[in-house]
Amino acid sequence: MANVLINAPKTARKGETIEVKALILHPMETGFRPGTNGTMIPRNIIQDFIATWNGIEIFRMRMSPAIAANPYVSFFTVASESGTIRFRWSGDNDFSAEGSVTVAVT
Amino acid sequence: MSSLPTRRHFLVAAATVTVIPFAPALATPESLAAAIKEVVGEVEVRSGRVKLDIPPLIENGNAVPLTVSVESPMTDADHVKAIHVFNEKNPQPHVFNAWLGPRNGRAVVGTRIKLADTQKVVAIAETSTGQFWSASADVIVTIAACVEDVK
Repeated sequence: MANVLINAPKTARKGETIEVKALILHPMETGFRPGTNGTMIPRNIIQDFIATWNGIEIFRMRMSPAIAANPYVSFFTVASESGTIRFRWSGDNDFSAEGSVTVAVT
Repeated sequence: MSSLPTRRHFLVAAATVTVIPFAPALATPESLAAAIKEVVGEVEVRSGRVKLDIPPLIENGNAVPLTVSVESPMTDADHVKAIHVFNEKNPQPHVFNAWLGPRNGRAVVGTRIKLADTQKVVAIAETSTGQFWSASADVIVTIAACVEDVK
């Protein structure tokens, strides 16, 4: 299970724009680096990051090897109704991880 | 005697060099231009509205903080649809593509990237009205990413 760190306000006023930050532990191996034996280390990156609010997609990102190891993403979203923001990362070698955070909207 | 033509020749040469205008759009390498064209097609990319926050001098290219913010009302009718970031000298020109919508409230995306060399980073925002806005930043990198041996 991948290690995921998510930061979002626990409560928000309705209509407020909140910042959401998500970080996942992942090597993001570029595939352009030679290893100790001289051969290239195969690419192993996260390619897609998708965030949904109560099932509705609010943010999506396509990553390239140029994203630093342990990808960190921050974005904003409008707090529309109380619910769960779910994050999904997927990538090379069938990598897949999920994380979620609940926000109470008043 | 021969010093006069030489000097004149030099002055003419110097004048010729200085009249070449500075054209940033043409200075980008082919792969960067090709990657941008893949996203924008034939539409004109205007500079402005986009703010690219990245440190101008970086010690370690392995994790460079980068924030792209776009001026936009983020309404249903007029919002930023996507933000694309490209680089000039990494092995691949792509950095990331992010898709947004009116539900984002603010068109701001932050992340950390790798930079293999001192180079230019370009951010392009695509609006729902079909316009493309861009900003670029030059970054000096002292220790590049991707060059160190593993463990």
